[in-house]
Amino acid sequence: MAMRWMIVGWLALLAVPALAAPPVPDTLAQRIKACTSCHGEHGEGGANGYNPRIAGKPALYLYRQLLNFRDGRRHYPLMEHMVARLDDAYLREIAEYFAAQVPPHPAHAVVALTPAQRQRGEALVRHGDAARKLPPCQACHGERLTGVAPAVPALVGLMPDYISAQLGAWRSHTRGAPAPDCMATIAARLDKSDIAAIAGWLASQPLPADMTPAATPTEPPPLECGSIGP
Amino acid sequence: MRRWLLMLVFVLPMAAAQSLPTPASTRAADVVQGEYLARIGDCVACHTARGGKPLAGGRAIATPFGSIYAPNITPDVETGIGSWQRQDFRHAMHNGIGRGGNLLYPAFPFPSFTRVSDADVDAIYAWLRTVPAVHNENTAPDLRWPYSLRPLLMVWRGLYFQPGVYRPDPSRGAQWNRGAYLVEGLGHCNGCHTPRNGLGAIQASQALAGAMMPVENWYAPDLRPGAGGSLDGWSVADIAGFLQSGVSRHGNAFGPMAEVVQRSLQYLSDADAHAIGVYLLDPPPRAPVTPTPPGLVAPPSQARNLFDEGETIYRQNCADCHGDDGQGAGLIYPALAGNRGLLGPDVNAIRAVLLGGFTPSTRANPRPYSMPPFAPVLSDREVAAVVTFIRRSWGNQGSAVAPASVARNRSVPPR
Repeated sequence: MAMRWMIVGWLALLAVPALAAPPVPDTLAQRIKACTSCHGEHGEGGANGYNPRIAGKPALYLYRQLLNFRDGRRHYPLMEHMVARLDDAYLREIAEYFAAQVPPHPAHAVVALTPAQRQRGEALVRHGDAARKLPPCQACHGERLTGVAPAVPALVGLMPDYISAQLGAWRSHTRGAPAPDCMATIAARLDKSDIAAIAGWLASQPLPADMTPAATPTEPPPLECGSIGP
Repeated sequence: MRRWLLMLVFVLPMAAAQSLPTPASTRAADVVQGEYLARIGDCVACHTARGGKPLAGGRAIATPFGSIYAPNITPDVETGIGSWQRQDFRHAMHNGIGRGGNLLYPAFPFPSFTRVSDADVDAIYAWLRTVPAVHNENTAPDLRWPYSLRPLLMVWRGLYFQPGVYRPDPSRGAQWNRGAYLVEGLGHCNGCHTPRNGLGAIQASQALAGAMMPVENWYAPDLRPGAGGSLDGWSVADIAGFLQSGVSRHGNAFGPMAEVVQRSLQYLSDADAHAIGVYLLDPPPRAPVTPTPPGLVAPPSQARNLFDEGETIYRQNCADCHGDDGQGAGLIYPALAGNRGLLGPDVNAIRAVLLGGFTPSTRANPRPYSMPPFAPVLSDREVAAVVTFIRRSWGNQGSAVAPASVARNRSVPPR
């Protein structure tokens, strides 16, 4: 009798893998297919020139962007829909996941710039324009422009259309951050030609070998900013 | 340095103590119960602006007649309901009349809340007295003429509103009656799931028969059990699990229901969640239902091609998760075979494919799985094809979907 049951048991074990579909992996990567379908399996960014690379951005920066989308400070309808019903803990986990990814960078974009544009872009990024109360980008984003821990993102390694769209979004108030919203203040002082020059110059910079964000800012922030600190 | 450390030592614990909510054990029983009931009534959803302070009002409730801005119901005296007495709050919930006698718009679901018992209303009032007061001025309604004429509410009330209380049906058990009380009262399920007439009044004869939600353009499914109803094949445990977690083997919370589950229904006690299931699976008899139109139906000459194209798209994009035969993967990816939510009006299935997304984070399912959005990669025709295939495979008997129906649902619905 016992023998017969053992045989039945063995047969059942053999039969299970043949009948059941493979189990769905209990991994974060599987859970967030909605994210990776546009941003790439490792957050390397979409091939469409727009969906940005999110891999390796500071976790706190990514987390705050997710909150901004969810809570109505940053607007892009599909992203707002994605995160609308997710809680803080899960959004933080997703942010940390992408922050820890290190997929290779693609070859950087070639952007056609006039010499004057190149000069203007570099001057604004490196030195700002004191007469127009424009601080240099590198004051907050780091001398290597690879961002500053814990919350300031890199400006190199981005696509030109993405950079100009973001600066435009700040000007038109479709992208915002908790007050004081320093980037909104700065973007409002830029005009279209500034934005083209900055985006083009940044996107054509070769990537530094070390893309990790700087540990500390090189100087105190030139403006009060609700999105810099921990 | 030392001074900073000292400050940290003293200030941090104080700050922490201030920000923690009062533990339930030290709060009065009616306040604890009131918080639970307010969650089941989902007060916070309408009375909180996106990214705003809880219950401080300001969210626009879009209606076919214009927008109404839910008011501040925190205990702020100037801008909230800090000066309201218990009787004032009862009057609003039971009769739809605010303090000072102004008639409230039925965007506030007082035609449902009128059934809530005085004891429960008093508990909600007691809890509302304890939430942080927020100074936030109310926004006047933005309604089209003639709906902007507030005295017309008198006429509306005369035609469509009857104050009442929930009267238990003695022929039914306590669990059934509890479910009915929650569904018809505080839960105000009929706010979305029951058709309204041209003046926005809920048509009681069509209770929970399913309805297109105006403005949002979603279909709130027919909640009937049995053949043709969206709950065909659901058990009480399926319904209770769905309400508490947002997922079930028959279908997931999506669209506006995802918000309702996240903000409200996930907090249902096991007993109340089951009571709702018992009631929904055994509802009172109802007049025959006029089915909601399915959307733009593809003509038979197109339907065959759409189906065939849809099958290819399904194999490439959908079968990995939803299975070769639409069988799904348990609570992770819902079955499409026999999934009633995909039939009837086509809008929900189209939106599901276009937008994808996550089911809500809930206590029972805090890290939900998700579906990629296909709006960026599939054309209107391709979406129509795959939805047609899903609606007409594995025993499903929905209509074929015209590509034009996808085109008109392509924009992301407003939040």
